[in-house]
Parts: sequence; C-alpha cells; structure tokens
Amino acid sequence: MEATLQWISANQQMIYIVILMIFLGIEIIGRVPSVLHTPLMSGANAIHGVVIIGAIIVMGRASEHNYLALILGFLAVILGTLNVVGGFVVTDRMLEMFKKKK
Amino acid sequence: MKFDILTICYIVAAVTFIVGLKMLSSPATARRGNLVAAAGMFIAIVGTIFLYKDEDGLPLHNYAWIFAALIIGAIIGVVAAKKVKMTAMPEMVSFFNGMGGACAALISVIEFDYVFRAAEKMNYVHFSEGVVPGHYLAIVAGSIIGSVSFAGSMVAWGKLNGSFKDVIFKAQHTINLLIFAGVIVLAIITFFAVNAYADYFFIATVILALIYGVLFVLPIGGADMPVVISLLNSFTGVAAACGGFLYNNKAMLTGGILVGAAGTLLTILMCKAMNRSLTNVLIGSFGGNETSG
Repeated sequence: MEATLQWISANQQMIYIVILMIFLGIEIIGRVPSVLHTPLMSGANAIHGVVIIGAIIVMGRASEHNYLALILGFLAVILGTLNVVGGFVVTDRMLEMFKKKK
Repeated sequence: MKFDILTICYIVAAVTFIVGLKMLSSPATARRGNLVAAAGMFIAIVGTIFLYKDEDGLPLHNYAWIFAALIIGAIIGVVAAKKVKMTAMPEMVSFFNGMGGACAALISVIEFDYVFRAAEKMNYVHFSEGVVPGHYLAIVAGSIIGSVSFAGSMVAWGKLNGSFKDVIFKAQHTINLLIFAGVIVLAIITFFAVNAYADYFFIATVILALIYGVLFVLPIGGADMPVVISLLNSFTGVAAACGGFLYNNKAMLTGGILVGAAGTLLTILMCKAMNRSLTNVLIGSFGGNETSG
C-alpha cells in the first residue's frame, strides 16, 4: 500500500498528464465530420507510433551481451518505424485522395 | 545541458501531436495537420537518438543497430504505404497499428526481463520483492494491451484482405471473457510468484493475451472492421502510454493517451455514423443476449 502511494506521488506529473490528455483527446476531435473518420484514425495511428522512442531507448541501453534485449529491441525499432513512417505516408495518401475528389 | 534540449524536443513533439490531431479533424487543414504531427515525431526521434541520457548520465549506444533498424523499418514502411491500393487503405492502417502494438509489447517484455534478472541477482524469493507495483503494472499492462492490439490488428488485416473468414462458434463470448479473465489472473500470479517461475508465468500471460486478441476480432464481421481497427488503435495508444510510464517519458505519454482517448471517442463516433452501438458491433455478429462487451 505504502509503495503504491509512493509510486503515485513520484509519478504525479505523469498522472496529471494522463487525466488532462484524456479530456483533451475527447475534446479536440469532438466535431470531426464522418468523411474524415478513416484519415483521422490513420493519423492517430501514426501518432501512437511515438512508442518508437521507447524502443530506441531500450535498444540504446541494452548491453552488448544481452542478446535477448538486442534482438527484441532491434525488432521493436523496426516495427515502431513501420508504424510511424507507414502511418504518416498512408494518411497523407488518403488525404491527397480527398483533395482530388473535390 | 544537452538534456534540456531533449526536454524541449519532447514538449514540441507533444504540442505538434495535439495540434496535428486537431487539424486532422477538419477537412481544410487535415493534410497539413498530418505533416505537423510527422514533423513533431521526427524531432522527438532524432532528439532521443542523439540527446537521450539515462539516469546515470550515459548516452545511448548500439547506434549501428538503431540506425539499421530505422532504415529497414522506414524503407518497408514507405514502400508498403506507397504501393497499397486506395481501396486497401483501412487494412494497411490495421497492419501498421499491429506493428505499433507489437513494438509496445516488445518494450514491456524487455523491461520485464531487466526487472526479472535484477531480482534473480539479488536472490529474491518472490518476484514482487524486486519491483514496485506501479512499475509492474505499467510493464504488464503494456505487454497485455500491446499483444491484444497486435494479434487483433493482424486478424483484422487478414480479414480485410480475405485471408481470414469470420469464425463463429457456440458460447464464443463466454470463452473470450474466460480467456480475458485468465490473462488478468496470470498477470497477478506473475507478480506474486516465486521468482524462479515468474518469467514462465509472464510468458504465459503474453501468449494468452495474443490468443485473446485473435479470438476477440475473429467473430466480428467485415463491415464492422473499421470500428474494430479504430478500437485497437486506441488500445495501442494506451500501450504506448504504458511505455511512457516505464521511461518517465512525457512525449510518449502525451501521444499515447491522446490517441487512446481520441481513438475511443472516434470508435464511438464511427459506430454512431453506422447507426449502431459499440456493444452491438462487438457481440452483434453472434446475436448473443449478453450485454457485456
């Protein structure tokens, strides 16, 4: 119990961010027109690719003899990059298509 | 001093994610919004590679590995995204989402391995002695949510490109709930387990989470797939945020939770546009009377 409370006070900034971002996330896309649903989903998909930062940190901190961390980290960076790069490019292509239609 | 520049990079990235998402939700600015978010992501990635310092003030190493992985991922990503047909866009999104989920799960698995080895070195009898509950929660939540998102997205991807059919069997919903309960129970057992066995329980947790992800998406009809992809998208956001907790990284946390919240709302909006409720989509295909979902 005490450890949990300590963890909460040690991470209070993070917890504030979580709470504020939940409300902000709901607020900023509240009035999206339905034609933009799929591109918005795709754009959001690219944004959560920020997880790649974690993969880079894992990879960069792994010691040279820890093969498990090296191999899994390497894989994680590849997959994360796929998510980020692919996500943004696909979103851009989708939105490009929207322009042509008009 | 360098560390402060990285902090600024992360703040800039977090702001571009928020602004980018905002711009993406209006037709006139959508395309620019995507570019804004991409620019922020680029800053965050480059900043992390060159400026990150761990608690002991040491910079990252293994640069060759990092750059090799970045280049491989970027090439495959661009080629796949450029080649895909316009009609196949949603399945591509699902595929990339699955990659993000897998990435989040892998990070958590590696982090578990660190904690586990540290506990082994200290000769702790129980795994729980070596880890703060909050830290373990972030690890296990990241690996479970990431695995579910990865497996689910892959099934959604396979269904949209025709390699998977809907699979419906009796009492499916009950079985899924039981499996999900099993994942939670295993996650708790891992925490309290004797240290020598903690890793086996953790691996079992991850595997069962993967199975749950597959079973969760299997019964859902093809027409409802975009809704499910959007839901899994928000799952991956939450998994990414768990990674943010692990590394005390506010850019990951901001991006992850932002997508988690916006993705959940977007899922509901998509259901509304189709005149259905989310529960209806998730259990509708087998017309169960159960209301949970």
